[in-house]
Amino acid sequence: MDDFYRELIIEHYKNPSHKGELNPNDITFEDENPLCGDQIRIDLRVGADGKITEAVFSGHGCAISQASADLLLDEVVGKTLEEVKTIGKNEILNVLGIELGPVRLKCALLPLKVLKAGAYGLKQASDSLVEE
Amino acid sequence: MEPVSSLTSLDVERVREDFPILQREIRPGVPLVYLDSAATSQKPASVIESIDSYYARTNANIHRGIHTLAEEATAGYEAARAKVAKFIGISNARQVIFTRNATESINLVAQTWGRANLHSGDLVILTEMEHHSNLVPWQMLASEKGLRLEFIPVTDEGLLDLEVYQTLLAQGPRLVAFTHMSNVLGTITPAKEIIRLAHQSGALALVDGAQSVPHFPVNAADLDADFLAFSAHKMCGPTGIGVLFGKEALLEAMPPFLGGGDMIRKVFLRSFTPNELPHKFEAGTPAIAEAFGLGAAVDYLTSRGMEPIASYEHGLTEYALDRLEEVPGVHVYGPPAQNRGGVLSFTMDGIHPHDVSQVLDRYGVAIRAGHHCAMPLHEKLGLAATSRASLYLYNRTDEIDRLVEALYTVKKIFGS
Repeated sequence: MDDFYRELIIEHYKNPSHKGELNPNDITFEDENPLCGDQIRIDLRVGADGKITEAVFSGHGCAISQASADLLLDEVVGKTLEEVKTIGKNEILNVLGIELGPVRLKCALLPLKVLKAGAYGLKQASDSLVEE
Repeated sequence: MEPVSSLTSLDVERVREDFPILQREIRPGVPLVYLDSAATSQKPASVIESIDSYYARTNANIHRGIHTLAEEATAGYEAARAKVAKFIGISNARQVIFTRNATESINLVAQTWGRANLHSGDLVILTEMEHHSNLVPWQMLASEKGLRLEFIPVTDEGLLDLEVYQTLLAQGPRLVAFTHMSNVLGTITPAKEIIRLAHQSGALALVDGAQSVPHFPVNAADLDADFLAFSAHKMCGPTGIGVLFGKEALLEAMPPFLGGGDMIRKVFLRSFTPNELPHKFEAGTPAIAEAFGLGAAVDYLTSRGMEPIASYEHGLTEYALDRLEEVPGVHVYGPPAQNRGGVLSFTMDGIHPHDVSQVLDRYGVAIRAGHHCAMPLHEKLGLAATSRASLYLYNRTDEIDRLVEALYTVKKIFGS
């Protein structure tokens, strides 16, 4: 019915498999998009071998930011933090598979920005984390 | 403002012919339904042509030039000032300062009058429904000077709580700065009464007219406003130019804002004397073409009539409220139609405002999603964001119907 809201996006928005919080966790990071108020927190647990064992997100936002978070965290479990740092914006955009304007691009990339800021152990997230 | 009659003499079909952009299709077969005029209005051909003809025929820097072009440019720039003054009921155009926008107008007052006259512990009263442009300049000054900021609360109906206002006035404020019409709730505030009470308690009153001046008759003299700020681009004019009205005695006593050319009378190596009003507050080459455009916008609105515009928009607002409220799961915020202008912020159960906007765009319907530069108000409403449809003189009831149809499609896509 609508080529923007693909079934994949609606499905991950309505029934996310990585929604929640981890307390305690090894890494937690939270940020928001001041333009629209979307807010994403990502919690990670990392195993003794350095690989991510659990990854969840919480917060609120539009279908794009929420589905993007869920799809991203699908990819993250089993990776090391070093591998997470190399995830580029095109990886998540390819998974979403839709054309995004500059405003909605920020929605789609907020989860990756939060994830990478957490992986780098930053105090504050920066847009440069999701530019290439 | 008094409720306006639903009778109208505005011919919307003729009005629509004045706005070239309304002919545009968003994609083949999908015409534009522009419901985002609270963010910026569309421009009639007369405004576009006035800017085009300024650059094609007149372009020159204003003031002090002796040649024909400079004289024509100066005359047109000053004519625009006179038109604006008349439009807001002011006989003395020296009280009309051109700025970049309403935001800069308010900053000008904060940084000149405020910095010179407000001191540690002084009270400034604002409201909970202010746009960031009438919050942040006062927060900046408050942190610099140690001012106290207090806020007139918003009631559950979306109106200002004037009883609390009275108790705040008892604390002896120096300034009351408030919006004449909320850009989120559409609430039209009782400006005349708020100003009367402010003056009674010895405070000055600044009115943010960004949403009111474009939509209904605003008479700064009748309101007895000390300052009135608004932007050209929300009233059929171009971006890049705004207005600050201030009472002459206040403006005379205020220090200049920005320093540079045109705002000076004499300059020495180590000092200067400021120019007279209004030039004292207009440093550097101003937005000349935009002033021509603003003058044309005032002419346009005057030709259509602010009373008929207000009356027409009121009828349209009533229609839009009724139609939106019939959609299950849609919640409209703000007061009933008699107290509001054509701004309709709403949420849809379980669907983020961004997603609503995105789907609506597929149907050519342009609305806004977000906090509309009023984060504290959204916090008060317990919302991260809302969708906002806003109306102007060129909108029609069938466009509201298109909006509502598209909202049903949104519900279908999200299965709610």
